[in-house]
Amino acid sequence: MADDEIILSELDDEELVLQMHDDLYDGLKEEIEEGVNILLGRGWAPYDVLTKALVAGMTIVGADFRDGILFVPEVLLAANAMKAGMAILKPLLAETGAPRVGKMVIGTVKGDIHDIGKNLVGMMMEGAGFEVVDIGINNPVEKYLETLEAEGADILGMSALLTTTMPYMKVVIDTLKEKGMRDDYIVLVGGAPLNEEFGKAIGADAYCRDAAVAVQTAKDFIARKHNKMA
Amino acid sequence: MSDLLSRLLGERDWLMADGATGTNLFNMGLASGEAPELWNIDQPDNIRALYRGAVEAGSDIFLTNTFGGNASRLKLHNAQGRVREINAAGVALGREIADKAGRPVVVAASIGPTGEIMAPMGALTHELAVEIFHEQAEAVKDAGADVLWVETISAQEEFQAAAEAFARVGMPWCGTMSFDTAGRTMMGLTSAQMVAMVDKLSTPPLAFGANCGVGAADLLRTVLGFVAAGPERPIIAKGNAGIPKYHDGHIHYDGTPELMAEYAVMARDCGATIIGGCCGTMPEHLKAMRAALESRPKGPRPTLDEIAGTLGGFSSANDGTGDDAGPARERRGRRRG
Repeated sequence: MADDEIILSELDDEELVLQMHDDLYDGLKEEIEEGVNILLGRGWAPYDVLTKALVAGMTIVGADFRDGILFVPEVLLAANAMKAGMAILKPLLAETGAPRVGKMVIGTVKGDIHDIGKNLVGMMMEGAGFEVVDIGINNPVEKYLETLEAEGADILGMSALLTTTMPYMKVVIDTLKEKGMRDDYIVLVGGAPLNEEFGKAIGADAYCRDAAVAVQTAKDFIARKHNKMA
Repeated sequence: MSDLLSRLLGERDWLMADGATGTNLFNMGLASGEAPELWNIDQPDNIRALYRGAVEAGSDIFLTNTFGGNASRLKLHNAQGRVREINAAGVALGREIADKAGRPVVVAASIGPTGEIMAPMGALTHELAVEIFHEQAEAVKDAGADVLWVETISAQEEFQAAAEAFARVGMPWCGTMSFDTAGRTMMGLTSAQMVAMVDKLSTPPLAFGANCGVGAADLLRTVLGFVAAGPERPIIAKGNAGIPKYHDGHIHYDGTPELMAEYAVMARDCGATIIGGCCGTMPEHLKAMRAALESRPKGPRPTLDEIAGTLGGFSSANDGTGDDAGPARERRGRRRG
């Protein structure tokens, strides 16, 4: 089909970036890898490739997921394509000392083994350029605290699917407070039975309705944190 | 057809299924994180009480405590080698309660999702999914279940894998999916798409439908979506008793028995034949539902506005069906779609 005859290397920078947004949207992994390599070949800074081509494209995916236009399968494919592009950029970003977007430690709370929502948030966060340390399911408070400290994280993400496990989030936050660590981290919570009221009641920074909201909320808090330091 | 559920479906205009399993077991002291299915062996009296609660409240069908009894879920508790034992125990207790009921009660073997995302998005292949469902189906069949009942599925590929496994054991089955994301399943399937998928199966279920999801109102919108698609077989409605609310460290579902009675009557008016509850639905809810189904005549099909007016609003403006299927993004992309 004529439709398949787009030659990425023949597009100018602006066209190519727009095409990459579409290709991310369609979850086309090889095309994303190719696009990243072309932009790098044209002398783009790795950080610009990350933010202008990949992160901007995933923002569109996130918005349509939030609005019920895209669903989990499409988002997983997009995140997978993003990850492939990221794999090329990662070593280069480290070499060039590009600014770090932020680092998140994420896991489901003690007693909760439901991890699809958590995995999705992790992938979308990576899609937005965050580093994600996934500590898996069924995490006791000690595991969260240890990992936050060891990794020098900025954000703590906790997930629960059960009404019986969600109160454990408060245990984690209370422990952070006791140890005087609460203000060192942005605490985001999520999971089907939660709501904003609950997030406030337990002392989280925010409740995030879905993975797209989690990404936006994380970006907002990180921006505020940077403003404070400036 | 000689199986009990087919017979009852032939004799009756509606059947009542059961309510919550998890909510009931947590109230009996199940610790979060613990596999409820292990109680089939470790706390059999609690499981008997669970089943008896549904039967005494008037359920014609109850689901066994085997939802997470597949190897993929049991692996999280390092019990993947005990699929047969755990499922057999859960069904045997069900058989015991049903056979003492003094009226026909269907023992439906609950089979939940694997919890894995299927290929190509995830790692679970079709063949492996079929194998996982087959192992569990065989165990519950040998223990004497009347019907297999797969529930809370999000991906059509997983539903199809279950259907294939059930055909292999040659048992009648029912299947429901959970529509919890803007009126669709988490994987984006609409109610109309489920009907099309079910009608294409080479060994279709006796009945199909929706369970869990968001609240009772959303679930009935899904039932209306099924009906509009003109399905060839009976519809199952198993909705949650309202929405979980957090008060002073405790969670409870805000649906009262009175509300669930309205839901049950409306579910039947919408076109559902098998009506039950899901999370938060306790025996007192089931009693109210049974009484309402028996005492009130079938009425006209309610509108969306009437459903929202009685049961509360919907979680999203549309559910991806009908004329109002929602926007799609214009793309430059000419590669796909």
